[in-house]
Amino acid sequence: MNDPIWLMLVKGVLVFVILILLVIFTIWYERRVVAIMQVRPGPNRNGPFGLLQSLADALKLALKEDIMPRTADKVVFIMAPMIAVMCAFTAFSVIPMGPEVSMFGVETALQLTDFEVSVLVILACSALGVYGIVLAGWASGSTYSLLGSLRAAAQVISYEIALGLAVLAVFFQSKLMSTGAIVDAQAEGLPLSIGGTEITLPGWYFIVLAPSFVIFVISMVGETNRAPFDLPEAESELVAGFATEYSSLKYASFFLAEYVNMITMSALAVTLFLGGWAAPFPDSWWPAANEGYLPLVWFFGKVLAFLFLFVWLRGTLPRLRYDQFMNLGWKVLVPVSLVWLMVLAAMNIGLDSGNELPTRIAFAGGAAIAVMALIFFWPSRKQYEEPAEPDAGLGGFPVPPMDLAVPPNPRSLKRLEPANTSKEEE
Amino acid sequence: MIDLAHAAQLAQGADLAQSGSAGEAVFFWILAPVALAGALGLVLARQAIHAALSLALTMMCLAVFYIMQHAPFLGFVQIMVYTGAIMMLFLFVLMLFGRDSKDSMFETLRGQRLLAVLLGVGMAALLSSGLARAVSGLVVVEPAAPAGQGNVEQIAEALFSTYLFPFEIVSGVLTVAAVGALMFAHVAKKGGHRGQKEHSRERFAPGVYPGPRPGPGVFATSDSTATPALRPDGSIEPASLSEYVPPRQLTPAEAAPKHTEGRDS
Repeated sequence: MNDPIWLMLVKGVLVFVILILLVIFTIWYERRVVAIMQVRPGPNRNGPFGLLQSLADALKLALKEDIMPRTADKVVFIMAPMIAVMCAFTAFSVIPMGPEVSMFGVETALQLTDFEVSVLVILACSALGVYGIVLAGWASGSTYSLLGSLRAAAQVISYEIALGLAVLAVFFQSKLMSTGAIVDAQAEGLPLSIGGTEITLPGWYFIVLAPSFVIFVISMVGETNRAPFDLPEAESELVAGFATEYSSLKYASFFLAEYVNMITMSALAVTLFLGGWAAPFPDSWWPAANEGYLPLVWFFGKVLAFLFLFVWLRGTLPRLRYDQFMNLGWKVLVPVSLVWLMVLAAMNIGLDSGNELPTRIAFAGGAAIAVMALIFFWPSRKQYEEPAEPDAGLGGFPVPPMDLAVPPNPRSLKRLEPANTSKEEE
Repeated sequence: MIDLAHAAQLAQGADLAQSGSAGEAVFFWILAPVALAGALGLVLARQAIHAALSLALTMMCLAVFYIMQHAPFLGFVQIMVYTGAIMMLFLFVLMLFGRDSKDSMFETLRGQRLLAVLLGVGMAALLSSGLARAVSGLVVVEPAAPAGQGNVEQIAEALFSTYLFPFEIVSGVLTVAAVGALMFAHVAKKGGHRGQKEHSRERFAPGVYPGPRPGPGVFATSDSTATPALRPDGSIEPASLSEYVPPRQLTPAEAAPKHTEGRDS
């Protein structure tokens, strides 16, 4: 990327504006889609189709009173939402949104910046973004917030591993770590000859790396703290988790960060697995589809499809219990990704080397790993056995007996010493 | 120790900054004080969380230094692994300490503080002067990269061929350490898994109140603590009586509906 400085500034501002507009749109989109799923109209008053609803909400939030809890750690309390927002916005800077175009007479890619290891920027930013949530919970000086932030820390660390391993498969396959180059690498089709007929599959990695794609999508939801993995801000258990004590613009900035993260993660999934800005049909159908500013349409179309997936999940699935959530992360996603990475490495070595022996070794190794995985993941849960005789305990389970004598409340039986309320003794 | 290492880093970086481009120098002179401030903050902060955050700041500055010196992979891995994972684990533990636990400034050994300062300064002087002598006059050159090999490929080459054995040893030692920590922390559960049936039996066992307790004011016609709750048959629910507030029964005149202007029937 050798852009003049003014162009970098223009692009930076453009990325910022695009993200803000997308966030405003996404909030409305989410509310409308969830509303349609729940057979109700959703916001439809402000502006055409209620499009200005989130703008009105943002204005309302900004004009609310800014409350600083007495027990808060002031510096950290103010810093936390800033960290969250900054990391969220920075991560988007390496997402390629289109091919080389001429912008104000300069040939440049539709991407703020790109370099050798730019995928790592997104991972690093999402790792740092957790600091915002964790510090917010700690600095609030409230129990709910602290619980929320502890959950956030544990959750993001666990799901980052699965996410990183899924991304690692893309690195394996493409031998590249730059977002723009990965998109270019997916443009080449995958030649296959099945029974003599030559078929060229699209080279998008969600076909070749299907297990990684599934793991990436699952851990992406965990990483962005969205339902059904929204344990840090579980509103029915922890009020709003880490955000309980926040109000006004600080509260709004957490929401901004969450939605920007959602968009960034969707964009990353599109970049790594769905061909980035490439049109979703073969080049020969419409050769001009991948040139100029037109790929922006394909890119944002794919991103919106992913955002729809986020909303769909939120509208469909109940929140996981915490232990189930951790089990899914550590006992399913991480081992599956590790085994899949080994299989992928074995296959790549086997396919790359022309001579016979390494190929055989690689395939034998891959098969051994697959068998090991099968043994490892064989369902070990015991089958339900019908009880031989009906349960006679207390008149049958789970109905309490008809003649149940409700014992007295032990709390009311306890004789409390009346507290000494007189002040004279002091 | 961190700030001492920093002095060394500073000394080394100063040479690099002279040889590097102007942009690099600007970034260095902005970030070096920040990194140093973070290191000092780690030592001087009274609260554990503030110390941890200062350390995170220093680590981030170090990562930017790596990136500036054409090691972007190392820099981002530093952010991801150290700042993102390891410091986060530290924070996880520190957050459980409680907000008000601060370092005690009480000196248990007499003269400890003075000695510590003297020895610390001596150590810093020793290390930084030694390092400064060692690296001064060195000319920094770009690592000679074989054609078609980037930063990542070179690290991979070094890690998986030249230094494969130490790498594997380190990973083995780390695994052993992790398993050992797990063994220490592991406590076998007493008894088997208790299912829904067992829980239900326990809940309805004699002597246990099976339902949730009446919430305050749920059965009461008034939300005053002086008004007792009434059972469905009209008698007073003793559990709703507070020991500290004398119970007050409303007279029929008080309990009767109030007359409302124009609404009298």
